[in-house]
Amino acid sequence: MGMMGMTLAEKLLAAKLGRPVEAGDLVEVPVDLVMGNDITAPVAIREFEAAGATHVFDPERVALVASHFVPARDASSANQTSVMRRFALAHHIRHYYPEGSGGIEHTLLPERGIVVSGDIVVGADSHTCTYGALGAFATGVGSTDLAYAMATGRTWFKVPETLSFVYHGQPQPWVTGKDFILHTIHLIGDAGARYRSMEFSGSAIGQLSMEDRLTMSNMAIEAGGKVGLVTPDAATEAYERGRALRPPRFLAPDPDARYLDSIDIDVSRLEPQVAFPWLPSKTRPLSEVGDVPLDQVFIGSCTNGRLTDLRIAARLLQGRRVAPNLRLVVIPATQDVYLKAVQEGLVEVFVQAGAMVSAATCGPCLGGHTGVLGAGERCLSTSNRNYVGRMGDPTAEVYLASPAVAAASAVAGRITHPAAILGEEVA
Amino acid sequence: MARAWKYGDNVDTDVIIPARYLVTGDPQQLGPHCLEALDPAFPAGHRPGDFIVGGENFGCGSSREHAPLAIKGAGVPCVIAASFARIFFRNAINIGLPVYESPEAAAGVGMGDEIAVEARAGIIVNRTRGEHYAIRPLPPFMQELLDAGGLMARLRRELAQERAAEGGKP
Repeated sequence: MGMMGMTLAEKLLAAKLGRPVEAGDLVEVPVDLVMGNDITAPVAIREFEAAGATHVFDPERVALVASHFVPARDASSANQTSVMRRFALAHHIRHYYPEGSGGIEHTLLPERGIVVSGDIVVGADSHTCTYGALGAFATGVGSTDLAYAMATGRTWFKVPETLSFVYHGQPQPWVTGKDFILHTIHLIGDAGARYRSMEFSGSAIGQLSMEDRLTMSNMAIEAGGKVGLVTPDAATEAYERGRALRPPRFLAPDPDARYLDSIDIDVSRLEPQVAFPWLPSKTRPLSEVGDVPLDQVFIGSCTNGRLTDLRIAARLLQGRRVAPNLRLVVIPATQDVYLKAVQEGLVEVFVQAGAMVSAATCGPCLGGHTGVLGAGERCLSTSNRNYVGRMGDPTAEVYLASPAVAAASAVAGRITHPAAILGEEVA
Repeated sequence: MARAWKYGDNVDTDVIIPARYLVTGDPQQLGPHCLEALDPAFPAGHRPGDFIVGGENFGCGSSREHAPLAIKGAGVPCVIAASFARIFFRNAINIGLPVYESPEAAAGVGMGDEIAVEARAGIIVNRTRGEHYAIRPLPPFMQELLDAGGLMARLRRELAQERAAEGGKP
């Protein structure tokens, strides 16, 4: 047959199926990993059992992670977590991470090499698209799709069309992957990649750390994207070396792949970005933010709760104090990140600065606990969403930015450029 | 007579059902909080059988299946919108909550309009304004899934076939 070039999304599905596919095809594919958390898994477990399923397709390929209401916020959340625990133990789930052993799934799974390049992954959490940074076709589904995939090891997809985003240029100091993706969502809108694959490439992606790439893929869903993919390169191989639990499979798009559109982004012109309430697309460059006093700053989440994020925050908070009447909440995304932050002295820096540091959890990102906002309060957060009521009261305002802007703003008490805190000239 | 509760673009799953209520999967417990963050008048004033009509990208955000479950629990028979976010759309079909894409209805229906959905005919009737709007047909695969009772009904059939095949072995 006449072979059209394939995008990375098409290549990943084709490799799994052993035949070419193209955008628009409806395919049923075996999955390499299925994932659920303490909010979504209990609903899936109820469906799984009600359908009469007696065993999971492969206990090695199911991950169940307690992350959202951890440690239990109240009796009801404790009951939900125990539904997951009972199921995980009964079915000998290999990648079961109860409270204290894991953290937020989207940081944990890449960190432990549980998800690898080339994988097909469905997870009952919208930020499952994070693993696209490894070159894995990973997407969020609901609890019923999770139940079906846990029982059968299969799922169905419409092969998505692809938008190509090509980033070039040398970023200014303090401009990170978070700023790349916030700017991208601003360009295309909250539904700009609805049902589509977002493929991130270009010299500026090549120079980006794996952590920053994970941040970018994490927020593909904020533009409605099905997956947010980066083609594996030397940095991917280095990241996976010593951690991948299964052999990674490195795939690349064909040179003649067909894209719906290709968008060029010169990152050398970007400033740090800030998303205003109440959509991730309402992003402005920092110089156009104006005076925004804050009640709280949150550094953490599956978007920006990694060790590299905490190091940047600590560098800015070292020897400084959080502004009077401002709360700073710092939550490492996994227990491993937490331990390393303790060993490196980062936690001491945070506590000396007046921050509250808690065990790994999604916590305030979704208004769960450990830093929920009251009426009319303003928070700058390193997380991914700022919808009405997302972090608590519907009148509270959430602004999204990088860990560097968050730490600087915590010191200043208002949204502030990191360079200003260090007495550097603002580029 | 069923009324329309009309909202704008990007009605996200956090306003459909805030995360603090996600400690149960029971539609009856979730229903009373449906849309309370967006419009407190909805939980207070809607009647079972009323419709929710949204703009573009309805159900964006989190993958929580609790969102369509809350809508179901609130007694809403279906959601009409100009377009739906991918995960919400899939979840709604999976749990048997009909979702109808109709940019015309999203543009034409106003808050409180009396409407009726004639799914077989593929139209939405607006009695208040005397208008009809076309419903975009579901992709055939999803229509079959919905007609067959959703994804769990399919799983039950597959498991039964598996057991029958195993039972047939010597």
